[in-house]
Amino acid sequence: MNEAARKNAILMIRSLALVAGLAVLALAPRNLRAQDCLTCHGDSSMTDSNGHSIFVDGKHFGDSIHGSLQCSNCHADIKGYPHPDKVAPVDCKTCHADQATQLSGSVHADSKEHPCTSCHGNAHEIFPKTDARSAVYPLNVPKTCGQCHNDNGMAGKHGLASVYPNYIDSIHGFALSKEGLLVAANCQSCHGSHHILSHTDPASPTYKSNIPQTCGNCHAKINDEYQAGVHGQAIAKGDLKAPVCSDCHTAHAILQPTESAFRMQSTPICGNCHKDKFSTYRDTFHSQLGSLGGYVETARCWDCHGAHDVRPTSDPTSPVNPANLIATCGRCHAGANASFVKYQPHANARDRKLNPGLYFVRLFMNLLLASVLTFFLLHTILWLIRSRYQQVKTKSDNGGKHA
Amino acid sequence: MPEPEANTSASVSVSAGAGEKFYVRFTRAQRYMHAVLFTTFLGLAATGLPMRFSESFWARRFATGVGGFGSILFLHKFFAVVLTIAFLIHLKDIFQRAFINREKGIFWGPTSMVANWKDVKDIIGHMRWFLGLGPKPKFDRYAYWEKFDYWAVFWGMIVIGFSGYAMWFAPFFAHFLPGWALNAVLVIHSEEALLAVLFIFSIHFVNTHLRPDSFPMDMVIFTGVESEEEFKEKRAQEYQRNLGKGELEKKVGIAPPLWLLNFSKVVGFTAIFIGLTLLVLTLTAYFS
Repeated sequence: MNEAARKNAILMIRSLALVAGLAVLALAPRNLRAQDCLTCHGDSSMTDSNGHSIFVDGKHFGDSIHGSLQCSNCHADIKGYPHPDKVAPVDCKTCHADQATQLSGSVHADSKEHPCTSCHGNAHEIFPKTDARSAVYPLNVPKTCGQCHNDNGMAGKHGLASVYPNYIDSIHGFALSKEGLLVAANCQSCHGSHHILSHTDPASPTYKSNIPQTCGNCHAKINDEYQAGVHGQAIAKGDLKAPVCSDCHTAHAILQPTESAFRMQSTPICGNCHKDKFSTYRDTFHSQLGSLGGYVETARCWDCHGAHDVRPTSDPTSPVNPANLIATCGRCHAGANASFVKYQPHANARDRKLNPGLYFVRLFMNLLLASVLTFFLLHTILWLIRSRYQQVKTKSDNGGKHA
Repeated sequence: MPEPEANTSASVSVSAGAGEKFYVRFTRAQRYMHAVLFTTFLGLAATGLPMRFSESFWARRFATGVGGFGSILFLHKFFAVVLTIAFLIHLKDIFQRAFINREKGIFWGPTSMVANWKDVKDIIGHMRWFLGLGPKPKFDRYAYWEKFDYWAVFWGMIVIGFSGYAMWFAPFFAHFLPGWALNAVLVIHSEEALLAVLFIFSIHFVNTHLRPDSFPMDMVIFTGVESEEEFKEKRAQEYQRNLGKGELEKKVGIAPPLWLLNFSKVVGFTAIFIGLTLLVLTLTAYFS
């Protein structure tokens, strides 16, 4: 259809609509009903003077959670027809006052950047969050938040990291997008919905000391174990240096803990704080073999110390308490006995006081290495020079040609 | 790798040197033993070094290349078992030659591997020659650096082997080793192995193969024979001794066939190439 024909058609439809509208006005009572508005707004080609569509899908609107309302319930400034060209923006807080209050105290308080519709979708097609068509249905939440919190998304303009790709490839993201688990953690499970606060705000569920409780909403047993361990107790005492869930598991890119990638990445995380233990661990065969990647079964920190309820060695329930070592080591080393568990997984061959035997063995080996190599290196270099000199002097061939 | 032209020229030289005499230095069994030794040694080094330097940039890539950490440890143990068997066969041979066959000169004398007074004099004489202070010593069947190579491997087999099996069967060895020994065996195993790798891939390669007298490779360990000229030059004392006793003729062998020379070159250069590659990787990992 060419432009002229289109304009003609629009004009014709508008004229017809005007006639129909006048007829309705002449016959009907004063208050407008949705059906009346849809006479014009139900036409998908209808635009305002700026060319923006003013179309409302009557069927979808009728199905939506607001389907039983009349247009004027929200568009309160429209009292009759014809209505002014400019109408006031709809204010959701007229009905949803609680949510509006929560939103105004949140990181999304700026209503120009974050209108309700940025999360809830098309204003005329809002569905309850239990409805799969809703933009805030659990399975749709990550995509909805991801509109901004993605690579090159709006959130980046505020200096925020792109978290959507991390989340969607995480164990939570897979559970949600691949398995469709409604109980899988989505953005709002941890961050909340209307009252989202920065993780630096002590009231936020993602504030460091609140994270165990936040994760514990689903992972209750793990949280109980964590609270009983040294890390949980330190956090409870207000020591924010102690790790919470996200320090080891990360916040968004959470992996299945048995996965080799997780096992590879997590040992250095413990090492961030436990530097000396990490350094001595790296001298052991557990670490040497473990660093090679693949599906790695050698012992990592938590295989011996426990993962969530890490306890001091002196605690009789700790797996590394001397009384429990045979059982703990025996999980991998069948036949572990009392002498076997005297092996020191954190021995320091450089510490003469702590590990004298090991210290002298290493010293002897190093001296052996240094002396043998030094002697023969000098010997070989001198020999090479002398042989070459002899070869040039007597103009002889290389010996290898003889046989 | 020799060029095709080099091959034809080699064949010419072999046929031209048909009048030249070749003397047997190593038996077939000894050459096979060396082949098993260097094959398993390269295998052990290639699978052991990535574990020793597991945080270096090449270790993880290499381990992934051979199927990850499970395979690399499996291969390491496989080569270790083969080498252990070879070592036990060697011990059995020595025992048989010394105590069953009552062969003389195994533990003492000019053809023995055991060090003697002449070796001390040779070391000093050789070094004096390096510095231009004296004549080149006349070496016998095994020169002092060859004896050192032999005993270094012998000692290394026992030390690396024992510490390796102690780690493999740690709970069993724990019955009669103190607790800290389980820590020490890794230090011993990896340091001694590092010494072996550095020694073989630099000093043994140069002393035996790459020095001008043998460059680019001493073929005698592959062919078993060496030319009269080489024999006279390298082991003057042994040559003279046999000549004096009139036993030189007993040692005469046949000229190595061309296929054996070419095959040996391919195998030998491959081994040297792998060895030097591992040496470079080891040095980069050690100094980074």
